[in-house]
Amino acid sequence: MEFTPAQISLSHLDELWFQVTGTRCNLTCHHCFISCSPHNKSFDFLSRQEIQQYLQESVELGVKGYYFTGGEPFLHPDMVDILCDTLQFGPATVLTNGTVLKEQWLNRLSKAQQQCRYSLEFRVSIDGFDAPTNDPIRGDGTFDRAIRGVELLVQSGFLPIITATRTWPDSEDQKVLGEFTTMLHKRGYQHPRIKLLPSLKLGAEQARTEAYSEHERVSDTMLNTLDQQQFVCEHARIVTDRGVHVCPILIESPDSVLGQDLKNATEQPFDLNHGACFTCYQYGAICSNVSLNTTPERGSE
Amino acid sequence: MTVRLALLGGIYNNYLALEAALRQASELGAESYYCLGDIGAFGPHPDRSFPLLHQYDVQCIQGNYDDSIGNELDDCQCGYTDARDNYFAQKSYDYTLANTSDENKRFLKSLPNELILEIESHRLLLCHGSPRRTNEFLWESTTPTHFLEWFFRERQVDFIAGTHTGIKWHQQTKLGRFVNIGVLGRPENDGQTNVWFTMVEVSRDEIRTSFHPVQYDHTRLSREMHQEGLPDEFIETIETGWWTTCLEILPQKERKAGQF
Ligand code: SF4
Ligand code: SF4
Repeated sequence: MEFTPAQISLSHLDELWFQVTGTRCNLTCHHCFISCSPHNKSFDFLSRQEIQQYLQESVELGVKGYYFTGGEPFLHPDMVDILCDTLQFGPATVLTNGTVLKEQWLNRLSKAQQQCRYSLEFRVSIDGFDAPTNDPIRGDGTFDRAIRGVELLVQSGFLPIITATRTWPDSEDQKVLGEFTTMLHKRGYQHPRIKLLPSLKLGAEQARTEAYSEHERVSDTMLNTLDQQQFVCEHARIVTDRGVHVCPILIESPDSVLGQDLKNATEQPFDLNHGACFTCYQYGAICSNVSLNTTPERGSE
Repeated sequence: MTVRLALLGGIYNNYLALEAALRQASELGAESYYCLGDIGAFGPHPDRSFPLLHQYDVQCIQGNYDDSIGNELDDCQCGYTDARDNYFAQKSYDYTLANTSDENKRFLKSLPNELILEIESHRLLLCHGSPRRTNEFLWESTTPTHFLEWFFRERQVDFIAGTHTGIKWHQQTKLGRFVNIGVLGRPENDGQTNVWFTMVEVSRDEIRTSFHPVQYDHTRLSREMHQEGLPDEFIETIETGWWTTCLEILPQKERKAGQF
């Protein structure tokens, strides 16, 4: 039987993502699927002006929310200004590893949030609820530094969402969550927002980095049986220094760049002929601020 | 000429608040009544809301809960991911499903998922969540003005009303007015026991909206919830005005305004 690859068109641009610091990060996590590091310059920073332009363009398209990722967004010297700019347009979410946050920045952001209608969400990612599980993956001392970041956020009036990858059996969820919550209470976070990423994510990540077999492609018929909202490319686009890409997962593939113009990039359907698309088909987009939205967890943060 | 409409959001089996709101709206001169969905959930005695809806000839839209109950689905389609939230949501769903008559299920099943009204020179769209999705949450802090304008353009209307989140708000845009009408089913996480409904006044030149608090016999409601074996966590919300479950859906600003 002849194989027709599935094609997805964007239904509406709900999420506009910015790869604001390219592939630059202060950490070098083992699982980072775009291998961010202090020296990886394969993607560069976006300037405040470039972001401003995309924000302006997004108005006509009726974008619902703005998302910032990297690398580590807070390595950008203008990150606070960029977020203040964004809050003039709509709600913003930053995915951060929490290790470089400064009190002064957070105070400014807190004021900016109070003065506008929109929420500014912080998502702080960890890979386990204590240093012995987190640090071997993220680096020595990173657990304590991330928790210190959470503490600073709380002191500045934010309610960060802590996204934690499940590194224990499901049956121990309540126990682990309980211990973690107690620890956060002691640090001043009274009603912590915690989002567990299924350990499935690890599988998904692995699958992404493994070679896909020829058969692991999404066909037209496979797509017909699905709720297309589970594909990020159905409602999102991401801007990097190379242009507007179809989704955050594929930025390293040259064909993921749909041009420099946002409107144009929302009008082009995309062939799901990448192995990674098969992962989206199998697992859907994993992780988000809230359960109903279908944003992917980066390999980052 | 001014036309007055009463818009009622999520009832969640709170027939006592529904009765109070209908009386209040009629005193305010409402000429027609609309319920934007989620007639069941949360509270006691699901079948007691329907006679009131019929008595006032309330035109209803199907919410996600109504779709679930009407079609006897396995859950309420709220999509909670937290285990504790799901536990309570399922408990109240199973209760509502078991206590809704077949006739009322047929009624729920028959409801449209939106209404478009043409009044004077205006076009008003009434929906449950958003004009594109019954279960989309439109919160004040996560719904940009230009996103609302996209709906006004797409649907060629100049007024949109929804409910679904449980917290009222409104926004005038260049292309029209959006209002989240709040809900009658439970207080809006502000430490008060009252609930809310919305009046809309349509005249040739403008559409005005106003929110109206409803005081009702909430002690009776909590007593009945208790008698029916509904979760203590839900009863606490009725008694204190603070939400205790399903908080993960709240964006930061709305979450911070609450107690938990
Ligand atoms: S990787 Fe996923 S989100 Fe990206 S284009 Fe493929 S299916 Fe869409
Ligand atoms: S996973 Fe996140 S924190 Fe870790 S190296 Fe990648 S971008 Fe940095």
